[in-house]
Amino acid sequence: MNYKRLTLFAGHYGSGKTNIALNYALWLRGQGLRVTVADLDIVNPYFRTKDGEAQLKAAGIRLISSDYANSNVDLPALPGDAYSLVDDRSVHGVIDVGGDDRGALALGRYVPKIREEGDYEMLFVLNKARPLTRNIDDALEVFCEIEAACALPFTAIVGNTNLGPLTKPEDVVAGAAFAEEFGERVGLPVKMICASQKLSNELQNTVRNFFPINIMQLYYMEKEGTSLGKINL
Amino acid sequence: MSETVLMKGNEAIAEAAILAGCRHYFGYPITPQTEVAAYMAKKMPKIGGTFLQAESEIAAINMVYGVAATGHPAMTSSSSPGISLKAEGISYLAGADLPALIVNVQRGGPGLGGIQPSQSDYDFVTRGPGHGDFHVLVFAPSSVQEMADLTGRAFHLAWKYRMPAMLLADGTMGQMMEPVNLPEPCNAFGDDNPWAATGTEMKRPHNIINSLDLSPENLEKMNFARFERYAKIEETECLWEEYLMDDAEICIVATGITARVSRNAIVEARKQGLKVGMIRPITLWPFPKKVLAQAADQVKAFLCVEMNMGQMKQDVELAIRCKKPVALCNRVGGMIPTPDEVLDSIRKIAEGGMEA
Repeated sequence: MNYKRLTLFAGHYGSGKTNIALNYALWLRGQGLRVTVADLDIVNPYFRTKDGEAQLKAAGIRLISSDYANSNVDLPALPGDAYSLVDDRSVHGVIDVGGDDRGALALGRYVPKIREEGDYEMLFVLNKARPLTRNIDDALEVFCEIEAACALPFTAIVGNTNLGPLTKPEDVVAGAAFAEEFGERVGLPVKMICASQKLSNELQNTVRNFFPINIMQLYYMEKEGTSLGKINL
Repeated sequence: MSETVLMKGNEAIAEAAILAGCRHYFGYPITPQTEVAAYMAKKMPKIGGTFLQAESEIAAINMVYGVAATGHPAMTSSSSPGISLKAEGISYLAGADLPALIVNVQRGGPGLGGIQPSQSDYDFVTRGPGHGDFHVLVFAPSSVQEMADLTGRAFHLAWKYRMPAMLLADGTMGQMMEPVNLPEPCNAFGDDNPWAATGTEMKRPHNIINSLDLSPENLEKMNFARFERYAKIEETECLWEEYLMDDAEICIVATGITARVSRNAIVEARKQGLKVGMIRPITLWPFPKKVLAQAADQVKAFLCVEMNMGQMKQDVELAIRCKKPVALCNRVGGMIPTPDEVLDSIRKIAEGGMEA
């Protein structure tokens, strides 16, 4: 898979940007590169890149994120050192952009330098199972709003259709076709199709540009296979 | 059954409310429930509904009162500090016997507290959040699916009993994403609300929507009648889940996200040969007292797992008439207990070393 110096993940909120950004950073690191991840999410109060900090650190990846991420205040603040990512061309950067146009607005201030350098990929993450991007027209609305908000055109599509732990291989296959169709509509290629690595066996030979990801597990979610008891309905 | 989609808890509430027939939303942004308002802002204009960002939480709840008075379903949503502001309006709704849905996605407190999740509004909302003698129906979902299902149910019962209902989630439930089967569209409300202020057309006496009564005798009568209704609700509308209770010697009582943490702890405890089960109240008012009282004849001890200073523990002690010891495993301030912390408490109880 080809890569650029800067890779930006944007899209509808809840489309899976953060998990993919973390996995992509680990993959870049696996290519022997110096990698830095920047969390530019100013929208989401919980479930942030910061949750993966230990994993990144262990892999030798630097994380730039707001001092207020995962704190008790809701300050839509950007980390000051995020500029180092656009200035220091000796590192490869992965940028986790906040969801929707509201999240992408914050990216705007870095865009002139990103465009000047011209060594970037701006990726639209698309999950067909999200209720506000279930068809091409709705997804296009989100796509255009984000481009208008940050003034950085997308360069490729990332398919990430999933239903969390209920995802079946056929969901991913259908999502891949949806991503292709969307790519044709906007005139962009599909860079990769993401799905949990647990589905690798079923998907690696059937889905083009398959990119298996390891999904962050949170301790307060039930382990797989746990069922509900009796409810008196 | 409709198609499965992946949703945030907050989005599921909003979509389920729309599917239940709600077309009027009034709110004011506050983390961690803002996605309810954001979703409504996007969707309501497309389906001919009303989304209105009010100038304050107080304004929003009074707009709900206005729409409810006309017999139309209306809702508002907020998080803990915002619910404090709405308390006056909720009391007025209860006093005027008006149905409405209030969503509370709780965060840490008291005061401004913090944006991380909490369950510390338990006492506040289960006792009737406002002045005067009243209750609201309180539902505590533990998954995104339940966020959707209980939203429709809350609306339906609010209408059936002409009283406010509250969906009480913790911040984690509002923010987490899970697959959900959305309910089929329905009208939970009926078109014929003989009490609604819709214009008399000179054909009937006025319907007066008011919580003021000039006669103390009448006001007393209204209060007694309301509590007769409440007694019926306590008898028929309790919801709960029983998890691995058949042979349990220790009964965990938990709701929302702490019930999910507890489930992990129970699975682990069972592997270690400890007979642990859980009763998860789904309605917090009415509180499922009977099933807890029955469990008190079976188990040796109860363990409440809560994200507050032990508010529900008192309701458990009352329900079981202090028949068995009730211990507490809790975190506050936006912290979520870990399965290991719950497991430690289970072990201490099993070894007889935990003070209840």
